[in-house]
Amino acid sequence: MKDLLAIRGLTSEIIESILDRAAYYKTSLDSGNKCFDKLKGKLVITLFYENSTRTRTSFESAAKYLGAEVVNISVASSSVQKGETLKDTAITLDAMKADAIIVRHSLAGTADAIAGWVDAHVINGGDGLHAHPTQALLDAFTIKEKFGYTKGLKAAIIGDIKHSRVARSNIYLMRTLGIDVNIYGPATLMPQGIDKLPCRVCGSMEEAVKDCNVVMTLRIQAERMKGGLLPALGEYSKVFGIDSKLLQGAADDVMVMHPGPVNRGVELSYDVLDTDICYKDKQVTSGLAVRMALLDMLIGGEL
Amino acid sequence: MALIINNVTYKGKVVNLIAEDGIIVSVGKRTRKAGVKDTVIDGTSLTLMPAFIDMHVHLREPGFEYKEDIQSGCMAAVKGGFSAVCCMPNTRPVTDNKYIVQYILDKAAKLDIAKVYPIAAITVGLEGKELTKMNALHEAGAVAFSDDGAPVSDSRMMRNALEYAGTFGYTVIEHCEDKSLVAGGVVNEGAVATRLGLPGITRAAEEVEIARNIVLAETLGVKVHIAHVSTEGGVQLIREAKKRGVKVTCETCPHYFALTDEILEGYDTAAKVNPPIREERDRQAIIRGIVDGTIDCIVTDHAPHSAADKAQGYLDAPSGISGLETSFAVSYTALVDCGYITLDRLSELMTYAPARILSLPCGRIERGGVADLALVNLNASYAVDSSKFLSKGKNTPFNGYAVKGEVKYTIVGGKVKYSRR
Repeated sequence: MKDLLAIRGLTSEIIESILDRAAYYKTSLDSGNKCFDKLKGKLVITLFYENSTRTRTSFESAAKYLGAEVVNISVASSSVQKGETLKDTAITLDAMKADAIIVRHSLAGTADAIAGWVDAHVINGGDGLHAHPTQALLDAFTIKEKFGYTKGLKAAIIGDIKHSRVARSNIYLMRTLGIDVNIYGPATLMPQGIDKLPCRVCGSMEEAVKDCNVVMTLRIQAERMKGGLLPALGEYSKVFGIDSKLLQGAADDVMVMHPGPVNRGVELSYDVLDTDICYKDKQVTSGLAVRMALLDMLIGGEL
Repeated sequence: MALIINNVTYKGKVVNLIAEDGIIVSVGKRTRKAGVKDTVIDGTSLTLMPAFIDMHVHLREPGFEYKEDIQSGCMAAVKGGFSAVCCMPNTRPVTDNKYIVQYILDKAAKLDIAKVYPIAAITVGLEGKELTKMNALHEAGAVAFSDDGAPVSDSRMMRNALEYAGTFGYTVIEHCEDKSLVAGGVVNEGAVATRLGLPGITRAAEEVEIARNIVLAETLGVKVHIAHVSTEGGVQLIREAKKRGVKVTCETCPHYFALTDEILEGYDTAAKVNPPIREERDRQAIIRGIVDGTIDCIVTDHAPHSAADKAQGYLDAPSGISGLETSFAVSYTALVDCGYITLDRLSELMTYAPARILSLPCGRIERGGVADLALVNLNASYAVDSSKFLSKGKNTPFNGYAVKGEVKYTIVGGKVKYSRR
């Protein structure tokens, strides 16, 4: 496998092999060992057309812990401003002998396009509403780390499914690992045709979270209020927010996840946020381990 | 100087055709010895059709010659079997004044490849604010009016345009799209868009405007022509309106009856087009509309773009398909070879109906008819190869697509303007 562009199409064997390697790095990270030389002499470029402190920092740290050189390119400092096309930029970076290019772009399909133009390994760091495969992998890792298995678990994904690449990637990944996925949110934020994806569309919050081991909620963007997709954040949180009362209907061992950053008190109420059933901070560490595993295996030709 | 075509198949019979000075003087058993100046074509294994008329193309000149110009567009047209094309006014400057109409006509006449009929803008600068001088534009040679690509959003302006054009019996062609409902969408809204994470365009964006224009035409008792119908609901609206006697006509394009949005997999921007390629139920509805006569004609909406334009990714790449060189083969394959319609019905869709809607002369295979003809090999099977296009725009989702039916000769006014070696 040359690139990681999306979850759809990945086999459970490939996913499990990445999660296994991530477990190895996670153990090392937890014991304080951050120094590896697997990617010594390699060049990893992060090419971010969209702002993201978390994802970029996670990739950069992962690459550096593995001994790689890292160059960060963000849209403000790139030639994109000078009218260079995406293709020109990608080919230029490839000519600099990059071993891996991590791409984030507001446009679905960008990573696919770049992968077709370059010899370097391409990792999709999020493309428009399409996919965010490393986020889904780190979520799966976090789930597996807690339960020890995935098959037979039940999950709910709540919120702005329409504008979420995290939801799309997670739906495919969870199904591939044998997790049943419920989804729910306001109808204006549920995309047409979502029922054709491997998930079950629910009719209420209670139905969605019932007996779930995993309840994942998504960040709500303030701009949704402008286009008339939602009337107000307060109304959203009242109906679609996750609080301890709602979770009484979930499984006893429920874990709550959020890709971050959280609007405190909106997607997650305070009685859930800072408790040990909320895994949002553990997800960040999982992200580091998963990205180390992925860079290691992809550049090392093990996938 | 005559044109003599021997042993060509027409309506199931092998005939010979003779044309003099661009007019057919005989079709039947009669042939004659060629003089030195005569052109003789051996029509063995070829089928004779009236050359096609495309009432919806973008030739890009003036203003966007890097995408296409009148010469390359006309060469693509005759390669596709077209004797005539009607070019949309979204040029730069916009074709909203008689000088641009005259420029296009002069250029086309000098080139003498295909007939070019300009369509002028409905509103000045395609801005939807002020009517163009329709009468002057018509006198200069504009055959219809359209703000294609920048539809008239203000309903009162549209009413006035239809009503004023109705004074003279001019045809108004409307690209039906409620831009507020498009809301940043780039592909059909549905399961494929959701899976690929591309913002979708609801069918309602097209159907709301079709409905509005039908209501306006019905209220005013004037005619309106609906451009590139792509949805099941759109076909149904037009079917019902026609039943009521509304003077509405419409067109569709090969990509709406030959493809579905599954083609978006892989994000090839060659499939980005407006309106977007829809789902199977729409494709089936378009075919039913063609079969039952709801849809009057097939156009290409030929919209050539440069490779660099299309390399910008799905959100930024311009919409459009370079369609002149695949229209006949795709239509023949998807409609005739699949058994939905006859070859005669395809001539109606690709020649007679557009000629009737815009009152244009067209090829008629009879004594006294205009010798605008296409000779096609219906048994040729091949894969579309966009690198061989004569159009500057190689942007087609049909590249590599297996088709049947190949244009071998295109004759305009009795002269061979294209022949495939």
